[in-house]
Amino acid sequence: MYRYDEFDESFVSSRVAQFRDQVRRRLSGDLTEDQFKPLRLMNGVYLQLHAYMLRVAIPYGTLNARQMRKLAEVARTYDRGYGHFTTRQNIQFNWPRLQDVPDILAELAEVEMHAIQTSGNCIRNVTADHFAGAAADEVADPRPYAEILRQWSSLHPEFSFLPRKFKIAVTGAAHDRAAVQVHDIGLQLMRDEAGAIGFTVFVGGGLGRTPMVARKVRDFLPETDLLAYTEAILRVYNRYGRRDNKYKARVKILMHETGLETLRADIEREFQEVRSGVLDLPKAEVDRISAYFAPPPFVPEQAGEADAFARALASDPALATFAERNLAPHKAPGYASLTISLKPIGEAPGDASAEQMELVADLAETFGHDEIRVSHEQNLVLPHVRKADVPEIFRRLRGAGLAEANAGLITDIIACPGMDYCALATARSIPVAQRISERFAASGRQREIGDLKVKISGCINACGHHHVGHIGILGVEKKGEEYYQITLGGSGDENTSIGQIVGRGFSYDGIVDAVETVVDTYLGLRQSPQEDFLAAYRRVGDTPFKEALYGTA
Amino acid sequence: MKALTANRLIDGEVVWLDRASAWVETLAEAQVLEGAAAEAEAFELAAAAVAGRLIVDPYLIDMERVEGALQPVRLRERIRASGPTMRPDLGKQARPRSSAA
Repeated sequence: MYRYDEFDESFVSSRVAQFRDQVRRRLSGDLTEDQFKPLRLMNGVYLQLHAYMLRVAIPYGTLNARQMRKLAEVARTYDRGYGHFTTRQNIQFNWPRLQDVPDILAELAEVEMHAIQTSGNCIRNVTADHFAGAAADEVADPRPYAEILRQWSSLHPEFSFLPRKFKIAVTGAAHDRAAVQVHDIGLQLMRDEAGAIGFTVFVGGGLGRTPMVARKVRDFLPETDLLAYTEAILRVYNRYGRRDNKYKARVKILMHETGLETLRADIEREFQEVRSGVLDLPKAEVDRISAYFAPPPFVPEQAGEADAFARALASDPALATFAERNLAPHKAPGYASLTISLKPIGEAPGDASAEQMELVADLAETFGHDEIRVSHEQNLVLPHVRKADVPEIFRRLRGAGLAEANAGLITDIIACPGMDYCALATARSIPVAQRISERFAASGRQREIGDLKVKISGCINACGHHHVGHIGILGVEKKGEEYYQITLGGSGDENTSIGQIVGRGFSYDGIVDAVETVVDTYLGLRQSPQEDFLAAYRRVGDTPFKEALYGTA
Repeated sequence: MKALTANRLIDGEVVWLDRASAWVETLAEAQVLEGAAAEAEAFELAAAAVAGRLIVDPYLIDMERVEGALQPVRLRERIRASGPTMRPDLGKQARPRSSAA
């Protein structure tokens, strides 16, 4: 993975010193709250319902054991012993004291971490496929490009005060696990006929109160033009994006109001101005950055290893279930990417205790080439494990309550913090997720239902990605009560779609029954167990679900 | 019936204005404000506390009496007053005693 050079190290250290001074000046009265608030937000510090919240960046969701241990230490020393992994592959601490934040940032800097650009109207932490560098179906590793974008965008003077926040996602495979089409810029790595690397470029996707699927602006952008073209998009957005209304300020609105052809022409015009200059990406630099992400030395699969693994699965049904759901195909023979579900039945999605973080760090060091990923689905991943080691990893995970075999199933729910923590939320998310999880806890039932993504947001800002949930749930406040609106048919993969509202909302007490009704309806109409929920919904539409929920279409 | 709430600057702790013009950590100790004059007076104290770097973001919340006990009308404020609903081990609900800010 990427290692800081002297510039990175000094940049992050000076930023910590700067923020320490800003906190000191705030507490001494030299800065008012109005002056201080934008400064703290630039360092990832929010004020939430109960306390401050610190959001720490995990660039493209990649970290090592040392970094994970530091997160655990921060959780234990400065917070309440746990952290919350987010849909943007970051981690949030929910209880830090403002006066401690400079010390926390100093500790994070020791392990090459920071909280820069985790808030504010700038280019946010670049996200990527959590199986990057490992997936069997990968065209190329997206992380070198995500890192290049990170370096280019960090404190970019022209793009530090954009009309609104700006999110970039990169996927390295045709099967999109990074939800690139619901980002401001989505990049999909591909090769042209000659085998050269490039990107399909999407612009103007987003969720929130106005969900939109991104539009394709380039079928194939050569690798060398990555920064020049991205800069052109940002320049056009920075110039034409609305600043009069924060709810209409994202690039998706600009795309919608301007139209694809005009906006694309604007981008291309700007691109012609900036290309073939300092922003051209030299091959040597791509190679230099890529070297940080070189695959670890995979051990060749030994004779009999596959048979031994098969025997282990055959002799342990729990292990077999875990392997069926939580192992993903790896590019190296004998290896797999292992999902550590942060969705134990009845627990808060994305939360991990300090002890669990430390166990994951140990496992990564012992069995996983010191690599850990955070997925946007709020799980952790050991991207490179030998299948032969999976039984032992499973045993250790089980001892820590981290062996839930539910990756991609109905209990693998995305949920934002909701009104239990978030100052913006209008309804609770986590308890709804917990109750759905408990309702569908039985492993056999979950597996019978099959692949099904449930995503819950506690307000219209959609941090829980409900618009792209196969079943999406949006919590709102209505006459002082929590109500939950169901959307169906959303998807955040290569066939992205925005879920459609199925009808009137359900009470807090009624939402779990409603979800069960939707699921039972699906089970009753699917053509075979191989027809998953989304496929069935796309075949039949919402009529049967409306009838089941409301007694009328 | 209202109360005046804010977050404490140094650590973000949820606080309410009490009858002695202090900022307290438990809702039960909060001063109930009846009428515009009481609210205006409370806001003056809040402005002083903001200027004095004690609190941030003061605002009024609606209160009601339920079975004899005062509580915020909105669930959001009830959660602020106690803690995350699914984590009774966290927040104010996890600590029985109160103290003035």
